[in-house]
Amino acid sequence: MTFFLQNLVNALQWGSFYALIALGYSMVYGILMLFNFAHGDIFMVGAYIGFGVATGLTALAAMGMLALPNWVILVLTILISMFLTSFVGILVERLGYRPLRDAPRASAAITGLMIGIILETGNLALLGARRVSFPSLIDSVTYNFGGVYVTNKKIMIVAVSLALMAALHQFVSRTKWGMAMRAMAFDYVVVPLMGVPLNTIAALTFAIGSALAAAAGILFGVAYPVLDPYMGIVFGWKAFVAAILGGRGSIMGATLAGFLLGFIEIFVAMIFPSTLRDLIAYSIILLILVFRPHGFFGEAYSARLRL
Amino acid sequence: MALLQVDHMTHFFGGLRAVHDYNLSLEAGQIRGLIGPNGAGKTTVFNLLTGIHTPTEGHIHLDGQEITGKPPHRIASLGLARTFQNLCLWRHMTVLEHVKMARYSRISYGLIGAFFGTPKRHREEAAIEAKAHTLLQLVGIDHLADQVVVNLPYGAQRRVELARALAIEPKVLFLDEPTAGMNPEELVQMMEIIRRVHAEFDLAIYLIEHRLKMVMELCEVIQTLVFGEVVAEGPPEEIQTNPVVIEAYLGKEGVESSC
Repeated sequence: MTFFLQNLVNALQWGSFYALIALGYSMVYGILMLFNFAHGDIFMVGAYIGFGVATGLTALAAMGMLALPNWVILVLTILISMFLTSFVGILVERLGYRPLRDAPRASAAITGLMIGIILETGNLALLGARRVSFPSLIDSVTYNFGGVYVTNKKIMIVAVSLALMAALHQFVSRTKWGMAMRAMAFDYVVVPLMGVPLNTIAALTFAIGSALAAAAGILFGVAYPVLDPYMGIVFGWKAFVAAILGGRGSIMGATLAGFLLGFIEIFVAMIFPSTLRDLIAYSIILLILVFRPHGFFGEAYSARLRL
Repeated sequence: MALLQVDHMTHFFGGLRAVHDYNLSLEAGQIRGLIGPNGAGKTTVFNLLTGIHTPTEGHIHLDGQEITGKPPHRIASLGLARTFQNLCLWRHMTVLEHVKMARYSRISYGLIGAFFGTPKRHREEAAIEAKAHTLLQLVGIDHLADQVVVNLPYGAQRRVELARALAIEPKVLFLDEPTAGMNPEELVQMMEIIRRVHAEFDLAIYLIEHRLKMVMELCEVIQTLVFGEVVAEGPPEEIQTNPVVIEAYLGKEGVESSC
C-alpha cells in the first residue's frame, strides 16, 4: 500500500508537467484548429528563461541588493518567466501561424516543427551544448507520512500546477476573453462578426499556453535541475498525446489526461522493467483512443468552415 | 449617401467572377430583399459586406464611413450585424452566453474584475444580463436563457442567432434566409418577430430569402441577383411581374405557389 501511495505521489508530480504543457496544446488546437508543434520547445525556452531569471535574482540577492527569502525568489522567477515566455508564444503566433491562418493545416504543422528546430538550435547557438543546472532555490525537506516519503518540492510542484489550472479555468469561464475562446472553439468564423478581434484572442491563447509551459519548465527545473536544449521534444510529444486524449479544446480533458499519462507511465514502470515503460504506457493510450477516438471530453465535429 | 452604400463592388474567387458591379443604397429603417437562384452569389454579397471577404473592386460605406477591407470585428462594431443561412451557434454555450458574447466590445472590466468580482463587474454583468433578457423576450425565447443551444429546437436556434445579432446594437441587420427549414407556423412567427424588431429599433434590414411570400410581404425594395449580377431591382409588385426575374429565378413555367 505504501508502495502504491509512494508511486501515486510521484505520478502526481510527473502528471503536473504533462498537464500544464497539454493545456497549451489543447487550447490552441481547440481555438485555432492547429497543432502548435513548437509547444514542447516553448516549454524548454520557458525553463531556460526561468534559469536566467533565477540565476539573475539569486546573484542580486548574493550581492545584497535584493533581501528576499529564497521561496519569494522562486515565486518571482515563476511569475516573471511566465510573463516573458508569453511573448515568445505571441511572437510564434504572429510570425509563424498568423500568415498561415487560411493555408492548409499541413503548412501550419510543418511551420510548428520548424519553429521548434529553430528554438532548439537557437538555444544551442546562444548557450552552447553544455547543459545548465537550474539554481537550487529551496532546500529539499522530506516528510514521512506513514512510510510514504513526500518532499516539499513535490508538494509545491503539484500545488502550483493545480493553482494555475484553477486560475485558467476561472479565466476561461469569467472573462470576456475566455468566453470568446470558448466560442471560437465551437465556431471560429462567427466570433469576429460579434465584434471580437480574432487576432487578439489568438495571440492571447498563445500567450497563456506559453506561460503555462514556462511554469511547467521551471517546476521541472526545480525537480530535475539539469536543462538541455532538447528537453522539450519528448515532453512536447507526450503532452500532445495528452491533449488529444483529453479531447479537442477541453481544459478539463487536458488536465485529466495529463495526470492520467503521468499515472500510467509511473505505474507501468512500477510493474514492468522501466525500459518497456513508454512501449506499454502508450499502447494503453492507443487502446483508449480506439474506444474514444475524440478523447475524454471531445465530441465528433467537422472541420469545415460554415458561413 | 445612404446608410449602407455599395458602389461598383466586384469580387473574384480565383478566376471565378462571383459578384459583378454590385450597387446598393440601403436607407435607415428600410427593409430590402435579395433574391436569386441557388449559387447566384447572395451569401457572397453578405460575406463581402460583413468583411469576411474583401471585394476585389468597389467601395462600401456604412454611415458615411468607408468599411471596405476593414476586419469583420471593426465592421460589426460600427453597427452591422448578421445571421447565417446555416446556423452558426456555439453548440455547448447557453443562450444567455450567446447574447453576452455579442456585448464583448462593451465589457470593460478586466482580469481583476473577473477574478475578484468587483462592484464594476457586478454592475456591468447586471446591465448586460438585463439587456440580454430584453432581447430574448423580444424574440420570444427568454424562458430558454439558461439552456445550452445544442438542445434547442431549430426554430429557437434561429431566434438565438437573431437575438445575438441584435445584441451588438446594429444599425443594419443582415438576415440570411432566416426561415430556411422552418415549418409554416414557425415562418409566420419569424415574420412577426422581424416586424417587431424592425419597429423596435428602427433598423435597416437586408434579407436573403427563398420564400417569396415573405420577401413580398416584408420588403420595400427587392434586388434579384443572377450569376453575381443584379438583373432587376424594384418594389415587390414590379419584381413579381418582371419577365427577366420570372425567367431567371422562378423558371419559365410560372410563379412558384408553394409558399
